[in-house]
Amino acid sequence: MSKLIVSPSPHIHSKDSTRSLMRDVVIALSPAVLCSVLFYGLGALVVMGVSVASCVLLEWAITKYLLKKPSTVGDFSAVITGILLALNLPYTTPWWVVFIGAVVAIGVAKMSFGGLGQNIWNPALVGRVFLLVSFPTYMTNWTIPHGWFGADAVSGPTPLGIIQEGIMQGVSIKELTAAYDYKSLLLANIGGSSGEAFVLALLAGFVYLCIRKVVKPWITLSIFATVALTALPFWLINPDVYTGPIFNLLTGGLVLGACFMATDYVTSPMSVKGGIVFGVGIGFLTMMIRYFGSYPEGVSFAILIMNSVVPLLNRWFKQPKFGRR
Amino acid sequence: MSVLLGTVVVVTVLGLVLALVLYLVAQRFKVEEDPRIDEVEKAMPGANCGGCGFAGCRAFAESAVKAPNLDSHFCPVGGNETMGKVAAILGYQLKEKAPMVAVVRCNGSCEARPRVNEYDGYASCYVKSLLYTGDTACSYGCLGCGDCVEACQFGALSMDPATGLPVVDEAKCTACGACVKACPKHVIELRPKGPRGMRVFVSCLNKDKGPVARKACANACIGCGICERTCTHAAIKVDSNVAYIDPALCKLCRECEALCPTGAIHGVNFPKPLDKEGVKERIKARTAKKEVKDE
Amino acid sequence: MGGVHPHDMKISRDCALEQLPVSPTVYLGVAQHIGAPSVPCVAVGDKVKVGQVIAQPGGAVGAFIHSSVSGTVKSIASRPDLAGRCTTHIEIAVEGDEWLEGIDTSDTLLTTIPEDPKAIVEKIRLGGVVGLGGATFPTHVKLSPPPGSKCERIIINGCECEPYLTSDFRVLLEKSEQVVVGAALLQKAMGGVPCTIAIEENKPEAIDSIREAVSKLGYAQIEVMEMKMMYPQGGEKQLIDAVMHRQVGSGALPISVGAVVQNVGTALAVYEAVQKNKPLIDNSVTVTGAGLPRQANLLVRVGTPLQDILDYMGGIPEGTAKIISGGPMMGRAVANLQAATVKGTGALLLLSEEQTRRAPETSCIRCGKCADACPMGLEPFLLNKLSKTKDWEACEANAAQDCIECGCCLYSCPAHIPLLDNIRVGKGFVLSAIRARAATKK
Repeated sequence: MSKLIVSPSPHIHSKDSTRSLMRDVVIALSPAVLCSVLFYGLGALVVMGVSVASCVLLEWAITKYLLKKPSTVGDFSAVITGILLALNLPYTTPWWVVFIGAVVAIGVAKMSFGGLGQNIWNPALVGRVFLLVSFPTYMTNWTIPHGWFGADAVSGPTPLGIIQEGIMQGVSIKELTAAYDYKSLLLANIGGSSGEAFVLALLAGFVYLCIRKVVKPWITLSIFATVALTALPFWLINPDVYTGPIFNLLTGGLVLGACFMATDYVTSPMSVKGGIVFGVGIGFLTMMIRYFGSYPEGVSFAILIMNSVVPLLNRWFKQPKFGRR
Repeated sequence: MSVLLGTVVVVTVLGLVLALVLYLVAQRFKVEEDPRIDEVEKAMPGANCGGCGFAGCRAFAESAVKAPNLDSHFCPVGGNETMGKVAAILGYQLKEKAPMVAVVRCNGSCEARPRVNEYDGYASCYVKSLLYTGDTACSYGCLGCGDCVEACQFGALSMDPATGLPVVDEAKCTACGACVKACPKHVIELRPKGPRGMRVFVSCLNKDKGPVARKACANACIGCGICERTCTHAAIKVDSNVAYIDPALCKLCRECEALCPTGAIHGVNFPKPLDKEGVKERIKARTAKKEVKDE
Repeated sequence: MGGVHPHDMKISRDCALEQLPVSPTVYLGVAQHIGAPSVPCVAVGDKVKVGQVIAQPGGAVGAFIHSSVSGTVKSIASRPDLAGRCTTHIEIAVEGDEWLEGIDTSDTLLTTIPEDPKAIVEKIRLGGVVGLGGATFPTHVKLSPPPGSKCERIIINGCECEPYLTSDFRVLLEKSEQVVVGAALLQKAMGGVPCTIAIEENKPEAIDSIREAVSKLGYAQIEVMEMKMMYPQGGEKQLIDAVMHRQVGSGALPISVGAVVQNVGTALAVYEAVQKNKPLIDNSVTVTGAGLPRQANLLVRVGTPLQDILDYMGGIPEGTAKIISGGPMMGRAVANLQAATVKGTGALLLLSEEQTRRAPETSCIRCGKCADACPMGLEPFLLNKLSKTKDWEACEANAAQDCIECGCCLYSCPAHIPLLDNIRVGKGFVLSAIRARAATKK
């Protein structure tokens, strides 16, 4: 008989590991990835490929040559960052822009803080926002998918982009939104970044994550609720100037952000209460930026701003300790 | 041009006003301190290791200035040199202390002390010691997880992968005692460095009876008492099956080291390797002479 | 709040209780319970009978120890326990199986409850009964609440929420009536307070059997309560919260909210001690593990070497990597198979390398699973960090002392961080700081 193992209790462990949780997120994202490749064709595939490959390679290179620590590529977190970054970019983005985004996401936003678990802001979003402010022309060249495989896609701005433009020119919101019925919003007949467009695929992935208990739905639900409730009074008062709640829920990457970016473990609060406050903050800020900001789209900024207050939320909203109520 | 000038003027005025505010606040909240505290602190090594028993060098200085003498203050890191300076600043008499060094009192290497089970918890001697007596049959020896290495601020300790035991780098060891406190098995002891670093000590703490100890570790002190009986300086005492050499009485003759059947007694930093046979001859000759005398 | 749901793995649930043959030599430790070690009152060479007192309580919180076999005292010497720590053991070489007179070894059920509560407690004390739920706190001490506190309900803990363990289940099923009489005795000892027998919902047969026994025996104010399946439902504080909706405060005893909790095994031991004059000399031990040729629930005499139990089960199977005394969540890994069972030994669990080997630690991803799992509402990730930086004051401020060491945090951590290993260190330092403060106050 070999030597007995002796260790402190507990002696068994749940099947969860960082790797298995992250793998579930990759699985949950796969419908959206598949849709984007099917709809947008080769361009989306190139963006996705470059993004994922460069994120993984960068993480591997940084851990090996700069940090000189064991590689953390195996935990799939870099893969997720790559997918999320790609889903946030238009498929027309040149590969080198995608690569720069990956450098910022992995190199600056993740590894410079010490790698997985240490970063304050969601790496993919930092990469995306960096590209948005640095290369606005590439980043706003959205394309409306028409038919399968993007054969005859027509390029055009996103719904929120059109509306921002329209308001500046004094066109009524009603006229502008009339072009979008909700079915087309749900089924991606709109312009947008790869991941913005496929609401149903994203929601299906999110439901999978909830069923597998990888994430808890509170953050996402509170974002949706806040966006709807914030938009409602504005829309009721003046539907000519303000877009409606459902329109706001289905556009501008809100679903992608709320389901996959805001729920990132590292950059979201741990307790349920903290998560709800976090979600409310994101929802409210998103709507404020959309209604009153100069950018048509506010989810990324809202999440990054709320990421910054997560340590505070973790401190304020602790679960009650047993017997100390 | 006027914009530029305006900016310069505003910034300058702002700077001056703020500087004035800072100065006034600093004056208002100034704390009167004994100036000697700063002097003493400057004389300290500044490692803030806590080896003296105070929170850091500053705390040591504050306490030393107030103390009536320096009997209860000694900086093991700076040693007599630093303490000489401190004594000069404060005008006290210095009692010199022998320089100390950390000594590992376990020589149960991987070979000598076979592992009888495998530890699979957090790699900390403290956690391990809370759980059980360790992964060898010896319940007194080094646990090998390196709490002492972690505790050492001076990089003087390292684990030897071949033996699984910590090794003290005497040049770096300041005898601050952090490792002594960190070791849950009390394996590390501070001993006087000895003349030119030469010292003899028992590198074992096993209190089990001889056969049990021997079974657990080939290098264990089995409490046979040969060293105690041979020592002509009464420096060795065997208590609960384990020998201890009093450094104050030891004359570094190395007779015990030569006779120890398990090699648990270690002599270090001697210029020549131990001539076991020679020493044994010497002892034999002496006992023979003694017997003659007795007759 | 909190808790985890590991697979219950009760593979030995259908194995009826069987008597383990008495070992040729038994070793009875003097420190089998919480409190002062007992003082041996026999000498080497003395002949002893089953049930004879061989060690007396060493203090107010102490327990009698009775010989579990008949034979000759061979030695009273230091001997390593299962963690390798040496304590005094009384070694008895077995000769025959002669019981002390006055012990009723028949199967007759005695249902008449003595009138005097004090007499019951005294018989429990003389029987050397200790809590068999794991803590081994002397039962008579628990049944004598400090002045000023009042017991309002006695809870019989039949949750057995740890995976693998089935010994309490078998006792509930096969000795239902004895357990109910034991509960009635405990009830009487506390002055006739209501009694709840709490059983987890994954043991429907036991619930039915106990319900039947309760209605058949007809004692007043004994109810059976079905508990949700959750680990650690059987934790004392968690159980009181679930049954009485009262939370025991930090550092307080259950009696502060009017509760006294006793384990099922203890209830049976109380029945035997009071009604049958049989002191606590044996207990039921689950011997289980996927690698074993068969599973078993054994009645084991206290002081039996673990090796003898394993030999009876056919030896240690190939591929066994760890042997645990107790359950997989809170049990203790055995380093020394020559160690003997104690009164509190409830299980021997054999796990394979695959089942038990810890995965390498990776970085914390701040998922908060540990905090979700903690039944005490603590933040294990934070306590882990504070404990590693040796910030004991912050550990205390974040309630490290409230940790019940249930293991839920380490069980659920996807990064395999040894949270509980480190929290235990912090808890230890905080508790000793609290004790030191209390001592200086006095």
